[in-house]
Formats: sequence, C-alpha cells, structure tokens
Amino acid sequence: MRVAIVATIVCFVSSLVLAGPDDDNLTINGELEMITETVAPTHLEGFDVIYSGWRFRTDETQSLQIDDFDNPAMIFVDKAIDLFNTVDGTEGKACVSCHEGPEQFVGLSASMPKVIDGKLTVMEDLINSHRAEVMGAEAWKWSGEDMQSMIALIGLQSRGMPVNVAIDGEAAPFWEQGKEMYYTRYGQLELSCANCHEQNYGNMIRADHLSQGHTNGFPTYRLKQAKLISRHNRFRGCIRDTRAETFAEGSDEFRALELYVASRSNGLSVETPAVRQ
Amino acid sequence: MAKGVKPRVKVPKSASAGEIITIKTLISHQMESGQRKDKEGNVIPRSIIHRFTCEFNGQSIIDIILAPAISTNPYFQFEAVVPETGEFKFTWYDDDGSVYEEIKSISVI
Repeated sequence: MRVAIVATIVCFVSSLVLAGPDDDNLTINGELEMITETVAPTHLEGFDVIYSGWRFRTDETQSLQIDDFDNPAMIFVDKAIDLFNTVDGTEGKACVSCHEGPEQFVGLSASMPKVIDGKLTVMEDLINSHRAEVMGAEAWKWSGEDMQSMIALIGLQSRGMPVNVAIDGEAAPFWEQGKEMYYTRYGQLELSCANCHEQNYGNMIRADHLSQGHTNGFPTYRLKQAKLISRHNRFRGCIRDTRAETFAEGSDEFRALELYVASRSNGLSVETPAVRQ
Repeated sequence: MAKGVKPRVKVPKSASAGEIITIKTLISHQMESGQRKDKEGNVIPRSIIHRFTCEFNGQSIIDIILAPAISTNPYFQFEAVVPETGEFKFTWYDDDGSVYEEIKSISVI
C-alpha cells in the first residue's frame, strides 16, 4: 500500500515537471537564432513570459523545423516561387511584373494584419486584391494551397524578425473586438480561447500539449493534415471543437481575432513556415 | 505525366577521407497509389516513383524499390563513406517513364 502511494506521488511530481514549455533553443540552418521565449507585451495581463508553440512540441517535430531541407513546408514555398513568376489573369501579368522578387517583402508579415484605408487587412486580402485589380485574375481560395503557399513565401522573408503589429490608432477598435472574442466562451462546451491557451497552456488536452496559441509560425505545416494550414482554418477548428457554430474563414470576426492573437505574439520571432503536430 | 516533380538533395561540399557523411534526398511527387477513385467512380491511375538509386563515381550505394503505399514527397536519408573526391549521382524513376537526375560533387580534404 505504501509503495503504491509513493509511486502515485512520483507519477504526480513527474507529470508536473513535464508541464510547460521545454528548454530547447531554436536555431534554423545552424545560423538563424529565433526568439522562442520573451517578456509578454504590456497589454497582455494573462502571463509574464510568452513562448513559441515550437517549445511545446516533441523533439521529433521540433527537429523538422531546425533544417530547411527537413521542413516539409519548404516544398510549398518552392511552389510559391513558381507561382510568383507565373502569368495569370486577363492583364497578362505575374507577381514579378510589379514586384522584383519575394525579398522585397522583408518585414511585411511581421506587421500584419494592419488597417489600410480604414479596413482591417490581412495577407489574404492583400494578395487577392492585387490579383483582382492588377492582374485581372480569379481570387484564390482562402485556405487553398496556392494562397497559403504564397503567404508562406512572403512570411519567410520576415523569418527571425520579431512580430510587431500595431494595436493603437486605427487598429484599436478591431483589436478590442478581437480581445472580446478571445475571452468569450463559445459552444456547448463553453470554452474561450483563454480557457485553454492562457489558463491551461503546458497541460495536456487529451493527447495534445497545449501551447499559448501564438500565430508567429503561420501558415504552419501540420503533420496530421500534411499541408499548410491558414490562421483562420486553425481558428475555425478550435471553435468547432467547442461544439459551436464557427465564423467563416475570411470573416470580419476572424480578421479582428487574427489581429488580437498576433498582438499577443509581439516580440517572438516570425517562424513562418513552422512545423507543428 | 506527373506534375510539379522536383528533386532535392543535400550533400556536404567536403569531407575527410573515410568520413561517414549523411545524405538527405527529397523529391516532390504526388505518389498516386492507384487505389483511389475520383468523384465519378473511375480509378485514378497509379503514378508513383518506383525506384531510387544513388551512385558514387559509378559504384552503387543504394538501390530502393518504392511501392504504392509510400506517401507523397518521398524522403530518404542515409549515410555513406567517402573514400575520395568524386560525384554522387541520384536517380529517380517515374511510372510515366521519366527519369530525374541530380548530381552533387564532394571534395575530400
């Protein structure tokens, strides 16, 4: 009996030790050092330190992001380079007709979403509006392979730079809307984003190790879906899992939530394209 | 004809004689198994990479037969001993008859 009690205590203590992020450092291709842990932005009251989702993954998943050759998302980045140079639409133009190359977009993804002409704008909006207005091409599907590959290519240009989205000025009302959503309980299970990603990060939700839910690695290559996953796809999945009617990808609600969630990552390195479970 | 096929290989540029090096290879390929059906119920024809080989200065290092259950973008990582300066030649054989080749040289210092 006493042995059983001791064993129980040992199990309990070791499970406590397992909780939380690990202590690994992320250096990509042996040269690019990433910030996976930093002081939380001042607007964030929930915690003092923010951790990249990379720190919550298993060693095997982590290793896929350490070398670009092993990162399956890079196949999609390669495809996006081809798309960048491919003429599409009625105007006979490709991205490269106006933009010298993807390198031109250094830092862009780190500051998105942002308010442009009074409208909260995310990367998908920028790409589709350029396709429609400049190229005369059909809009890409929000979570489609072409769209997310292109966003990964553009995001890769900012890799290693700290996330730095503006939350004041014109962005303030959208940010407030997003914050309201983050702390609102949805669905039959009555769960808010904060219930898992703020109050219970580091704990297990069945077989999954809960992270703080940062978006600094999106679009991410998810092993279980074997493709790039958009931010809105992930939001939809989370809200669906609370057994709620979800918002649509590309809805104004998800744009606002995207801004708020991105602001929670301010200070972490952009990891796009990251690899997750 | 399989689309979007692109071989990728990672080999160190130099090594010391007799050193064991790690080689990583990846080819983007749909690897359609031939077991699936489209919306109309027609079988989608099989289209896979069925063989992969690696040679060093003409000597075979690895020769792999691939089967339909292997998932998209097959990745192989293996080790090789480098006795002298030379060339690694990688070859992938596609069901449609295409052959994709990649050559990487390595110098022994």
